[in-house]
Amino acid sequence: MSDLPEYNFAYLDEQTKRMIRRAILKAIAIPGYQTPFASREMPMPYGWGTGGVQVTAAILGTDDVLKVIDQGSDDTTNAVSIRKFFARTAGVRTTTRTPEATIIQTRHRIPETALGEHQVIVYQVPIPEPLRFLEPRETETRRMHALEDYGVMHVKLYEDIAQHGHIATAYAYPVKVDERYVMDPSPTPKFDNPKMNQCPALQLFGAGREKRIYAIPPYTRVVSLDFEDHPFERTRISGACSLCNSTKAFLDEVITDDQGGRAFMCSDTDYCEQARSRIGPLS
Amino acid sequence: MYVAVKGGEQAIDNAHLLLARDRRGDPAVPELSIDQIREQMTLAIARVMAEGSLYEPDLAALAIKQARGDLIEAIFLLRAYRTTLPRFGDCVPMDTADMSIRRRVSAVFKDLPGGQILGPTFDYTHRLLDPDLAIADDERPCPIVASVGAEPVVAPHILQILDREGLVEAPQSGVDAGVEEDLTRTPLEFPACRELRLQALARGDEGFLLALGYSTQRGYGRTHPFAGEIRIGEVELSFVPAELGFEVPLGAVTITECEMVNQFRGSETQAPQFTRGYGCVFGQSERKAMSMALVDRALRANDLGEASGVPAQDEEFVLSHCDNVQATGFVEHLKLPHYVDFQAELALLRQLRDDWSEKRIAKADADRSAKEQQEEAAE
Repeated sequence: MSDLPEYNFAYLDEQTKRMIRRAILKAIAIPGYQTPFASREMPMPYGWGTGGVQVTAAILGTDDVLKVIDQGSDDTTNAVSIRKFFARTAGVRTTTRTPEATIIQTRHRIPETALGEHQVIVYQVPIPEPLRFLEPRETETRRMHALEDYGVMHVKLYEDIAQHGHIATAYAYPVKVDERYVMDPSPTPKFDNPKMNQCPALQLFGAGREKRIYAIPPYTRVVSLDFEDHPFERTRISGACSLCNSTKAFLDEVITDDQGGRAFMCSDTDYCEQARSRIGPLS
Repeated sequence: MYVAVKGGEQAIDNAHLLLARDRRGDPAVPELSIDQIREQMTLAIARVMAEGSLYEPDLAALAIKQARGDLIEAIFLLRAYRTTLPRFGDCVPMDTADMSIRRRVSAVFKDLPGGQILGPTFDYTHRLLDPDLAIADDERPCPIVASVGAEPVVAPHILQILDREGLVEAPQSGVDAGVEEDLTRTPLEFPACRELRLQALARGDEGFLLALGYSTQRGYGRTHPFAGEIRIGEVELSFVPAELGFEVPLGAVTITECEMVNQFRGSETQAPQFTRGYGCVFGQSERKAMSMALVDRALRANDLGEASGVPAQDEEFVLSHCDNVQATGFVEHLKLPHYVDFQAELALLRQLRDDWSEKRIAKADADRSAKEQQEEAAE
């Protein structure tokens, strides 16, 4: 067999990157609109961040500093895998520090540390269509977006309130972008939704299997759907991180034994580490 | 023109010779041994044993060799062998909590008793072709792994931990009590009980179940699944011979088990609880076990009062079409001679066409004479 084939900078060939960049530009021009793109086969399985990886590959430059998180953490296996992929195929500098990164690829979280204008956050998206579970057919949901026909979503939220007393969506909580498109924020907890509003960083969303890219330009209005008498609530497990004592960060639950023992800790590992280095270890 | 082919037997013999020749490939290349297939094609072996419903790696390897790597064909070979075996009884229900664990992951808790054990998985490999593997074996050092798992892992099922708090529905007693009916021995009737459904899914086609499970994730019967736990390892089987009255170990099988935690439900009389989907297959096959768990949960839609008529919830649709030996048989049977039926169709079609032409001609004649009469009247 021949030698290992030569791969381009950041794996994708330049023509593919150009195609993806065009889709990204269109997505930025129409905030919240799901732009179809010719998603490629990637050397990792669909559903594991192929959309995010393609977006990152298309925007990555040699000067960029990349951070990859999964569930808020830099050291979860898939985050490590994707970070290694770009370290290997693009040779870019990587970091776990949120402020140092110019591109942050994420799955299921937005960092606790506020993002800045110099940053781009790339979300991995499994199901980009917020109306999908109300209407399985793509032809129909595209029409509904075109007509701004979001009645079913409001009915669904209303039914939640009627049945459960409140809106029974804890993650992937739908938002309206720039007063036009209803958008799926990817399966981030709704705790993170307010961070999307008027965010100084460019937010890009890539869904590889579903072949869609969408975007929120910097300083764009992003509103979580709600009702006047049932306003959006940002929920969080009450309690403090057992490592850094934070009472503000989003917490993960960890089972410590099989007798019902449990502990809580920050899901954003970088935030937690920084907090600990400031205050010193807890006794 | 159809010509009756004489000498069909000779043709078949010749086809078998050609098949044997093609199976062997270039004689200058060494022949594959059963040992090589068993040791180096382990995931193919696993699939053939799972869907062939027979745990016997050597026979699965032989089937794969004989089938030239066509796994459905190999499954068929194994099924056809299995069906000849006598049944001497049911083993004691195996306890997967006692598994010698090789891999065990949970997507719902970061850490848990027994820990997350990645084990041998493709999951975090980059799918870049590795030219090193193309180098002949003896030039490449064998991978050496420091002995992992020297200490036996004690890992209770994560769903059992949730169950203790009542957060998830208790396992159904029917599953616990063991299986009363054997799918391979009694014809399937609808509605089927869950045990029979699970039997059918366990031997169902991986690709078909994958597609159905996938469809539930895309909105065709959504079940809000979380991979509560996936574990792979060896489980001991034992049997109680009636004349002895105590358990005798039979050996161990490698299995993959997947417990999905699905959307909760509750009622006025019952507090909200997560529901379960279950998958269990021979060998290492997470794709199959996970797909099975998704489809199992989807098929419970009727019982849980959430059916919406999508394919994955339709028991009859799923169970009738999930068996690839059946499916491939019926699809490929179209290659068999259909001269007689086709001939009958052909005769019917010709008749219909003749009738059509006659009517058309008759109508044209009638139209013409009517027109002529009109013209005459006008003059």
